[in-house]
Amino acid sequence: MGIRGLAGVLFLTVAVIWYLSGLEGYKIFVPGLAQGAAMTLQITAAAAVLAVIAAITAALSKLYGPAPLRWLAITYIEVFRGTSALVQLFWLYFVLPVFGITMEAYEAAVLGIGLNIGAYGAEVVRGAIISVPRGQWEATIALNMTRAQALRRIILPQAFAAMIPPWGNLFIELLKTTALVSMITLGDLAFRAQQMNQTTMKTVQIFTLVLLIYLAMSLAITIGMRVLEHRAARGILRARAA
Amino acid sequence: MWDWAFALEILPTLAKAAVVTVQVTVLGFLIALVVGLMLAACRVMLPGTRFPISLLVELIRSTPLLIQIFFLYFVGPSFGLTLDALTAGILAVGLHYAAYCSEVYRAGFESVPRGQWEASVALNLGRWTTLRDIIIPQAIPPVVPALGNYLVALFKETPLLSAIAVMELMQSAKIIGSQTFRYNEPITLVGLFFLVMSLASAWAIRRVETGINRRYKR
Repeated sequence: MGIRGLAGVLFLTVAVIWYLSGLEGYKIFVPGLAQGAAMTLQITAAAAVLAVIAAITAALSKLYGPAPLRWLAITYIEVFRGTSALVQLFWLYFVLPVFGITMEAYEAAVLGIGLNIGAYGAEVVRGAIISVPRGQWEATIALNMTRAQALRRIILPQAFAAMIPPWGNLFIELLKTTALVSMITLGDLAFRAQQMNQTTMKTVQIFTLVLLIYLAMSLAITIGMRVLEHRAARGILRARAA
Repeated sequence: MWDWAFALEILPTLAKAAVVTVQVTVLGFLIALVVGLMLAACRVMLPGTRFPISLLVELIRSTPLLIQIFFLYFVGPSFGLTLDALTAGILAVGLHYAAYCSEVYRAGFESVPRGQWEASVALNLGRWTTLRDIIIPQAIPPVVPALGNYLVALFKETPLLSAIAVMELMQSAKIIGSQTFRYNEPITLVGLFFLVMSLASAWAIRRVETGINRRYKR
């Protein structure tokens, strides 16, 4: 779907949420769900920042780090990609205290989800860096740049454009993963929905609203990343033309 | 901190639950493969279904699986669809990944050159015959690795079923934890189980991938 189509669907989704939240059967759930949605957004934003940092660090370590650092990065990537996000969250929240490290549910949630998506992101970053043509590296050598300079000025800006679309998918994945934090007692959207479902049994109304809210959030992320993609591609094209 | 005797003691319980996890994975993935192929085929064959199907796929892909599991399990009964937890879980997981698989199949269909369709028209083959005998055999092999990745992804999502109390690995680990107040052994063991299985299947997918490349690269 094009960016216009997506914006149309987002508008429609928001309109339906707006309409439903005015109806009698739905009205009572709106404040609780809004609180939950705020928590979901907060976790998503914090975990996204952590994921990007973890991904870039791990990818650079795996590509250019000395052997011990490289092995550490590979272990991190394989462990977090190889096990379930839910198991990781439980491990952080319930098992780590046994080893003397106690965390708030919120910290465990951000850490678990951020590191989980970061591990997938590391491979995305690595792939994007590798996909920069070899000639670019050779040119930086000819210009007598150090490796750090070459990475920062030449390679990463070009790799950045290539990694935006896969990061868009990962951010949506991240948003959806935040639903798991309801299982470590954090009051996000999924948690509020379950809680209200148990007290009121108005399942259809609650879960319809929740699905629509998640849909609106995903669409907003998709549209944002598409815009970013256009911007980045334009920069590269202008640079190539000049 | 880590009690080997306790770990050994709970191993049989976890092994029994692992069978359920594998069962969910296999059945869920079968649903995903079949429904995904049907969605992709409809999209190619019936132009009128293209928009509703792409909307459905977007809807499924952009909402959390956990909410979809709840939706099927709790909302289903109000529409007369009462499922036990295991069935609802398998169905939800299967349909969720069917949406992903249909996109993979679509990429496969699009990678088959248009000339193949035109040649089939020239040979007077029907559209469905073309799809079944000409297009699908060429479209599937290149996407097998991508489908394999979704098999691993689906496998790692199965712990979500513990939210509707399906007795799979995570649920039995949680129960052991709440009965004995020892969470570190059961949850670490579950994590290790997933790690080993995922690494093994990633290795298997790579093997299949190289095998396919060898056979189909001309």
